[in-house]
Amino acid sequence: MKYAVLLWEYIKNYAKTRLTYRADFWIEVLSDLMFQGMNLFFILIVFQHTPSLGGWTEAEVVFVYGFFMIPYGLFTTFFNMWNFSERYIVKGEMDRILTRPAHNLFQVLLENVDPPSLIGSAVGAIIMAICWNDLGLAFHAYDLLMLLLFVIGAVLVYGGIYTALSALSFFSDAPTGIVPLIYNIQNYGRYPVNIYNKTIRFILTWVLPFAFVGVIPASYFLEKKSDDISQLALLTPVVGIVFFILGLSLWNYGVKRYRGAGS
Amino acid sequence: MMSAYIDFIRMRFLTMLAYRVNYYSGIIIYAINIGAYYFLWKAIFGEAEVLQGFTLAQMTTYVAVSWMARAFYFNNLDREIANEIRDGSVATQLIRPYSYLLVKMMQGFGEGLFRMLLFMVPGMLIVCFIFPVRLPSDPLTWAVYLVMLLFSFLINSQINILTGLFAFFVENNEGMMRMKRVMVDLFSGVLIPIAFFPGWLSAVMQWLPFQAITYLPSAVFTGRTPLHEAYGAIGLQIVWFVLLLLPILFVWRAARKRLFVQGG
Repeated sequence: MKYAVLLWEYIKNYAKTRLTYRADFWIEVLSDLMFQGMNLFFILIVFQHTPSLGGWTEAEVVFVYGFFMIPYGLFTTFFNMWNFSERYIVKGEMDRILTRPAHNLFQVLLENVDPPSLIGSAVGAIIMAICWNDLGLAFHAYDLLMLLLFVIGAVLVYGGIYTALSALSFFSDAPTGIVPLIYNIQNYGRYPVNIYNKTIRFILTWVLPFAFVGVIPASYFLEKKSDDISQLALLTPVVGIVFFILGLSLWNYGVKRYRGAGS
Repeated sequence: MMSAYIDFIRMRFLTMLAYRVNYYSGIIIYAINIGAYYFLWKAIFGEAEVLQGFTLAQMTTYVAVSWMARAFYFNNLDREIANEIRDGSVATQLIRPYSYLLVKMMQGFGEGLFRMLLFMVPGMLIVCFIFPVRLPSDPLTWAVYLVMLLFSFLINSQINILTGLFAFFVENNEGMMRMKRVMVDLFSGVLIPIAFFPGWLSAVMQWLPFQAITYLPSAVFTGRTPLHEAYGAIGLQIVWFVLLLLPILFVWRAARKRLFVQGG
């Protein structure tokens, strides 16, 4: 309850600061959408030259991308930690956070909350709905429940991985460059994983489970494929919880070890 | 005077050298991206032998060389200029006896040299080990490619400078810079060769400078554009290089008249 009140206060604060620079807000939304648009455009062009990608049709791949956009938008809204190392460790803002009673990760996340990214989620949901209709998939009421469960699981997968990565800055003073590395790997998760070789497929499923953010949960709603990864879909919330607990534990351990940047 | 400019190249090169460790992870990132698109194109080709004049081997080479060329020509001149305008330090630059834009270009070139020697070349070697990249055997192709690569750098830097200069006119051109980056990556052909674009769009692209940054040189390197047509492509790059000078000089003139630095 206390955290819900805090959340609301942080969001109100955010709105006040952002309303001062309204033009920036819309430019940010626009450039986010352009970036997503570029990825979609890529998919559309690809299917001008091939009827299927590893056995997946155009509408199915776009459907997967639409699904991916929902957790991705939520993730960038609530886990906007790109500059954690620089702002909180190097500049010492972490010390300020630690003097307050609320959980430190919660504070860090809310100080950087970025609601414009939610528009990406909304666009993703629309894309998904259109493809749902195009593909003539049956719609059951419990599909919505499953969708919610998958989205939460997928956000937790992302959140866990990036919490762990941010926690690494507690152990190393210099920026490690590992965050952009992982950021680029996550691009692999948007396409059907069966087009990759065995090693990459294994990494994407179990080590850095980006496949659980896109193609695996989305395949639950689609027609079954020969390799049937949709069997794994129900594991999405489990993988999400496991990875988030791992990330949070590493974070808590890092905070305990944290000694401040000095002066 | 010229030696002063050359010194800017040298200084930037040495500064970059001090931070070279940051670029080792860059090589891995580019290899990861090349890998993603390699598998994607393999799946797109499927059974097909040739798509839009590219064989799969040529496409693999195209992906590898395009990303590695991006490793070379990429720079943050737009951000540097915008920051200097915003914090007012452009004023001190303006009173010095050199051309600000030329200095920026030289600094960009110093960064480019660094990126070429410590990023593009080792990156290309590594990528050739991992993926079935086929390098051209004719030394003339290499020579032509290197000339084209120089123009890739020049044209990309010109677009960056132009974007950066807009900070004189708008309070915050952050969004513009982000959009420019997306547009350059898409329209220059790093992600998809222009030949794959739908007809109307590739027709539009013929009239824009972006293809000169990646598509034209990479198509020559992979052998899709035969060597005797490559000279026309170089000609096109030169035309764009000259044409882009005009808006830069125009914006630069207008900007200096408007400049108003607060405090200092």
